[in-house]
Amino acid sequence: MSTGSRLSRSAGTTPVRSPDNRHRLSDKRPPRNPKRYLSVFRIRFTSSLQYRTAALAGVATQFFWGFVLIMVYIAFYSSSDLEPPISLPQLVTYVWLQQSFLAFIMLWYRDDELFRLITTGNIAYELCRPGELYGFWYAKLLAQRMSGALLRCLPILVAASFLPSPYRMMLPPDFLSGVLFIISLLLGLLVLVAISMFIYISVFYTMSPYGSLLMFTVVGEFLAGMIIPVPLMPEWLQDVVYLFPFSWTADFPFRVYSGHFSRTEAAIGILLQLVWLVVLVTTGRRLMLRALRRVVVQGG
Amino acid sequence: MIELRHISKSFKVARRASGLASAFKALFSREYATVQALDDISFTIQPGEIVGYIGPNGAGKSTTIKIMCGILVPDSGECRIMGCTPWQDRASYVRHIGVLFGQRTQLWWDVPVMDSFEMLRDIYRVPRQEYRRSLEQLTETLELDGLLRTPVRQLSLGQRMRCEIAASLLHNPDILFLDEPTIGLDAMSKQAVRQFIRTINRERGVTVILTTHDMQDIEALADRIIMIGKGRLLVDGKLSELRSRFGSHKTITIDYRAPRSRTTAVRMMPELPGTQVLSMDEERAILLVDTERTNLSEVLGAVSSHLEVVDVSITGQPIEEIVLSLYKEHEL
Repeated sequence: MSTGSRLSRSAGTTPVRSPDNRHRLSDKRPPRNPKRYLSVFRIRFTSSLQYRTAALAGVATQFFWGFVLIMVYIAFYSSSDLEPPISLPQLVTYVWLQQSFLAFIMLWYRDDELFRLITTGNIAYELCRPGELYGFWYAKLLAQRMSGALLRCLPILVAASFLPSPYRMMLPPDFLSGVLFIISLLLGLLVLVAISMFIYISVFYTMSPYGSLLMFTVVGEFLAGMIIPVPLMPEWLQDVVYLFPFSWTADFPFRVYSGHFSRTEAAIGILLQLVWLVVLVTTGRRLMLRALRRVVVQGG
Repeated sequence: MIELRHISKSFKVARRASGLASAFKALFSREYATVQALDDISFTIQPGEIVGYIGPNGAGKSTTIKIMCGILVPDSGECRIMGCTPWQDRASYVRHIGVLFGQRTQLWWDVPVMDSFEMLRDIYRVPRQEYRRSLEQLTETLELDGLLRTPVRQLSLGQRMRCEIAASLLHNPDILFLDEPTIGLDAMSKQAVRQFIRTINRERGVTVILTTHDMQDIEALADRIIMIGKGRLLVDGKLSELRSRFGSHKTITIDYRAPRSRTTAVRMMPELPGTQVLSMDEERAILLVDTERTNLSEVLGAVSSHLEVVDVSITGQPIEEIVLSLYKEHEL
């Protein structure tokens, strides 16, 4: 066989391990070449760009929903004498950003295919591939959200900035806020995908996605300010919200956009996003490796 | 090349009786039963072999394959494949193997087959030239020409399976694990798949381990079979040895010119040890001969000296029956 040399080379590079971890799945080497993850990203991205009708329906829904929310807030604001913690134009912008980047910030936006992989055992294939499963799945989820947002955000953003006065979305106060917004939005997306990975990892243990999905979405979306914008929450609740990573995914970038956060606050926030990202990815990877060690591929 | 030594694996399975009461009880305390999926399995496979890995449903075939692919970690035992222990050196090891699970799919459902292939190329980091060469070869031998630009969901099962096989081989693996590669395929597609497996074994020297329930696959492909049942290794040997060990019975069909009456024909049929007349009429007799007790030529000689023989056909026991009798012998 022509494989003799390959054979001995792979044998030679095999690290010697202590006998006590002999029976472990080990895959601890960090991903060295991001190209393979990029490739997974690309195929997921192109394949979800095909779903045009779903995107169109999404745009219509989000547009309608945005209107309803803004009407409610206008009613609130006009009947209150208190000094609001966030101005109405800022809030309107907040709502429109929420609606257009829904794919970036919603925890319920899920990839059923990954769940199916686990519960039906198709994961067997993914486990036979070089590279790390965490990376592959992260790339897939990221691609799905980015393609989803790409198809949905532009129509909403454009339309919302041409609406009449109380409904109109404003531009960021200056160029730098815009740049900071884009950075924080993308970092927020990375944090969100890292959070959502935990939902998928939990399925290894529970075999059904619905429990953890429900928990994550209800708790997560509230803490991200998707139900009530964080600035409108009472002080003590805001303090609780800031203890969790969720608000960094949605609330933070939107308030950076509208200038509700000062530049220093924005810079500090971006650093914190990075810290959260590192913490979440490291824990996620470790948990996943542990889950894989005890994984039983279902069926067949 | 592949060496398994004393591999054992057990699973814990939750058990409860049917009915509401026991379902309720199971909320608080679950009973687990341990199922011994593999019990002290050892075998060695040389480069270039095609090995048929057979056994009834639930025998532990897929479990063994999964262990050899590094997906499952055994409870005890050793496994060395190309110098690696699959579940430990996963990252470097999986590059050398190709896997096909007949009941699962590795292609992306909604995009053309080509996109999946290109993703696999990047995942395995196959150099462009090597990729192009092996894609060309696979396209030709598997006749994928019209299929590569079609989304997977629009392919028939047979077409899809051909693409799946190609996908498993794009990175030029040295070992190919096939878990039921012909499941659900029609006779033509089965034939094509078998033909292809033989070709890559001969031309590229790929070692093939194949599980299947279709004994024709085994007959067409495997030089050697390993049979397990209830997690234990039962038979490991050459197909021909097995045939001679368990398939010593031959069926002889003899056509002859009709003698004057049926009774003369019956009288003329010689009495020989180990020979059984299965059926007989004026022009044809079917005999079952145990070749360990009687020589075939002896039977033929005796028959032709009494009757005017027109045509003779001798068939061995079909492999299917051999395997079935093996299963019975081991009480599976």
